[in-house]
Amino acid sequence: MRNTDIAKPDYFHKVVDCQWACPTHTNVPEYIRMIAAGRYTDAFMLNWYSNVFPGILGRTCDRPCEPACRRMRVEGEPVAICRLKRVAADLKDDIHQFIPEVPKKKNGKRIALIGAGPASLTVARDLLPLGYETVLFDQDAQGGGMMRTQIPAFRLPVGVLDEEVNLVLDMGVECRFGERIDSLKDLLADGFDAVFIGTGAPRGRDLDIPGRAEADANIHIGVDWLASIAFGHTTSVGKHVVVVGGGNTAMDCCRSALRLGGKEVYVTVRSGFEEMKAHPWEKEEALAEDLPILNWHNPHSFVTKNGRLTGMRFDKVRAEYTDGRRKLIPTGEQVELPCDDALLAIGQDAVFPWIEPELGIEIADNGLPVLDPVTFESTRPGVFFGGDAALGPDNIVSAAAHGHAAAISIDLYCRGKDLHGERLPPGLNLVSQKMGIHEWGYGNDYDEAKRVRVPHAKKSDALANIKVEVELGYDVERAIEESARCLNCDIQTVFTPKLCIECDACVDICPMDCINFTANGEEEELRARLRVPAADKAQDVYVDGPLPTGRIMAKDENLCLHCGLCAERCPTGAWDMQKSTIHLPQAGGVCWE
Amino acid sequence: MTWMDKPAVHHPALPRNALGLTRRDYEGEISTLCAGCGHDSISAALIQACFDLELPPHRIAKLSGIGCSAKTPTYFLGAAHGFNGVHGRMPSLATGAALANRDLVYVGISGDGDTASIGLGQFIHAIRRGVNLLYMVENNGTYGLTKGQFSATADVGSKSKGGEANPYAPIDLVRLAIDLGAGFVARGFSGDKEQLVPLLRAALTYPGFAYIDCLSPCVTFNNHEGSTKSYPYIREHEVGIADLVEPRAEITVSYAPGERREVQVHDGSRLALRKLAEDYDPGDRAAALDLLERHRKRGEIVTGLLYRDADGADLHRIMNTTETPLNALDFADLCPGAKALDKINARLR
Repeated sequence: MRNTDIAKPDYFHKVVDCQWACPTHTNVPEYIRMIAAGRYTDAFMLNWYSNVFPGILGRTCDRPCEPACRRMRVEGEPVAICRLKRVAADLKDDIHQFIPEVPKKKNGKRIALIGAGPASLTVARDLLPLGYETVLFDQDAQGGGMMRTQIPAFRLPVGVLDEEVNLVLDMGVECRFGERIDSLKDLLADGFDAVFIGTGAPRGRDLDIPGRAEADANIHIGVDWLASIAFGHTTSVGKHVVVVGGGNTAMDCCRSALRLGGKEVYVTVRSGFEEMKAHPWEKEEALAEDLPILNWHNPHSFVTKNGRLTGMRFDKVRAEYTDGRRKLIPTGEQVELPCDDALLAIGQDAVFPWIEPELGIEIADNGLPVLDPVTFESTRPGVFFGGDAALGPDNIVSAAAHGHAAAISIDLYCRGKDLHGERLPPGLNLVSQKMGIHEWGYGNDYDEAKRVRVPHAKKSDALANIKVEVELGYDVERAIEESARCLNCDIQTVFTPKLCIECDACVDICPMDCINFTANGEEEELRARLRVPAADKAQDVYVDGPLPTGRIMAKDENLCLHCGLCAERCPTGAWDMQKSTIHLPQAGGVCWE
Repeated sequence: MTWMDKPAVHHPALPRNALGLTRRDYEGEISTLCAGCGHDSISAALIQACFDLELPPHRIAKLSGIGCSAKTPTYFLGAAHGFNGVHGRMPSLATGAALANRDLVYVGISGDGDTASIGLGQFIHAIRRGVNLLYMVENNGTYGLTKGQFSATADVGSKSKGGEANPYAPIDLVRLAIDLGAGFVARGFSGDKEQLVPLLRAALTYPGFAYIDCLSPCVTFNNHEGSTKSYPYIREHEVGIADLVEPRAEITVSYAPGERREVQVHDGSRLALRKLAEDYDPGDRAAALDLLERHRKRGEIVTGLLYRDADGADLHRIMNTTETPLNALDFADLCPGAKALDKINARLR
């Protein structure tokens, strides 16, 4: 293998699995250390610069960081990264002094942002400090987009949502709420310098089966139904409720129905429990509220009596796999469930009937705009997309990531620069954590504690009121306990071959058998003969050398605990623990922190 | 030294031996020796060898005297028995323990001071008696615990950390051991576990006195320019003669290609040897002494399995002792009474 180029920011970035997996690449270990040190405001700001909505995401994020967490590979349960983020938001002080100043004198460029969801808000947040004027359009009366309409208050209190949405709006966004854009052509005629479209994926899919038309009054599209609860239009539901679908929207629907008066609420899913699209924790929460999830139920028809919905019939199915493709085979058995209201949560799509074809914005067959994957620019220069409107239904933190990328593009576009060529690359800082003999600038002791559970509100209280938040969040004590589980993966093991005397001290002390001194070879062959073979190809092997004996140092990054024992036991300082900080540029080249 | 504990968590794919133990189960406390000490590597090699041999840790006894080396039994085999005795007296402890319970595996750890100076008389008599143990000298040529004076194994002309040259000729414990009839004699280097671990496995299973002289650089007091026991000096002057082949390693490319030779040993098993420098027969005592002398003259350090007597002395055989450990004999057998004593005394009159 060739020597690893640790000067390339991506190499050590990848070692910080959580940060690498996060769409906005939030510096997770750093904010967890801040929380452990009681620096909640700093932890919040570090999050805010990166993902814009710490309090919202601390409750609702898809948390791609957690399955990536090294702790999961070490002992099975990841650090509760998402819930620690919430701690920062819950316990912070007044943060207004840290919000970037917006210049009074504008740069003369006006940007239209369509849809007031997380993607557009991120673009506004990034562009306002550079002197841009931003005009934000949304059909609803308040900002927040799907964060407001799709996420029930028992998961995301309105106060938290308002606070973080307003943080951005108060920076000086011109809000045109309640204003629906029906023609992009008309909007473009207003002379905006660039347009950003962050309209989400608002159209829920319908279910065209027998009885659909007769029962229409009591059949609701899940996303619309949740929105109508959020705005107070819907306050009750029938006694018997059937939710169709197995995703996160279905989980929100069934739990909302339970709180609005549903007595018998069933979730029906075509697939098995494991294959459901809902996150495991969302399923857990539904099960904890005693909501039955009926798997292998394929909708057959709506049953009506005197023109009113009374039930739903299902074909029971089983799965058969040919060449890895699943086929659902009816078992012949049918089930009827009593049903006063049916909630359809079987997917949603982005729709652009308001974008005129002659504008030159190409929409692909899948209904999504054709975009440059780096710049998020559409086929019409100056029109950019982000969030669910760009790549289809995903999540809030991805929308924020798109927003950052689009903001960089918009800034470059408005300054007449090349959107690709002038983008700044990420940067990397490495700083030794050695404070003295056996003293390190971070807590390197491995803590064997198991993941700390988040306390919940009393079930009877939670179910009585849809606005009562179910999860209470960690208190300080629990937060500190959980934060100690973080392995500090950003404190890197940096090897200097010319200092190594090949004494084997690091090999012997490494608790995870990561370190090897061996003959060089091709990657696959080398991986196979390490002390413990490096089977996980997604994890790099750090190679440096040759050493005086002709061997190389090969370290499997996979399960390194970043405990620093290698550096601690190294007599010559050939190993050092260095904190890697990845600098990801935002619009205008700004690197916050 | 390190104050932090080594985390108990280990790689989930770490192999287990037939006892269901991982290599980590053979570890001891975290070392308090200087970072980079060769002794820690030897401890790690012993851990590996005991794991490979699937020895139950509680069937091993560790014995030592005084010195940096003598501290190391704390750092491996935490579940084994241990006795840390008086300076240079490890062989006495081993002799007594081995006589009392022949069923345990004995690991005696000593250093060049503990063996070549204060304990030299003990060392040679343990060889003479053929005590069944692994006798390991962790040889760094210096008194590390008293800050770097020359030991009796320091080469003449070798320089101290302060620049002083050693005026005395060294005691070569390997030659001494072969000369006195030790059944198994090898020299290893703490920085070469591929060689050391197989040597340890062979020594631990040798039925008799097995001596390993393991060069183990003192990273604090004897790893400088002018020292003949530093990491770079040993690497430059080491000549591997007859390395045992790691059964596992044969399928990897970490070994340079070399000729393989099998040697039958008296218990019927075979040892696989890798010939490096020259055709060498480790069963020939005169050849071994000759080889050592030739390489000494060239300023080279010979490592590997130097001598193995298929029929070495064993104290139990010499003394015709009982097969049963003394703690398992019942009282009547252990103390047969006045009549039996009278019979013995009568024989001596």
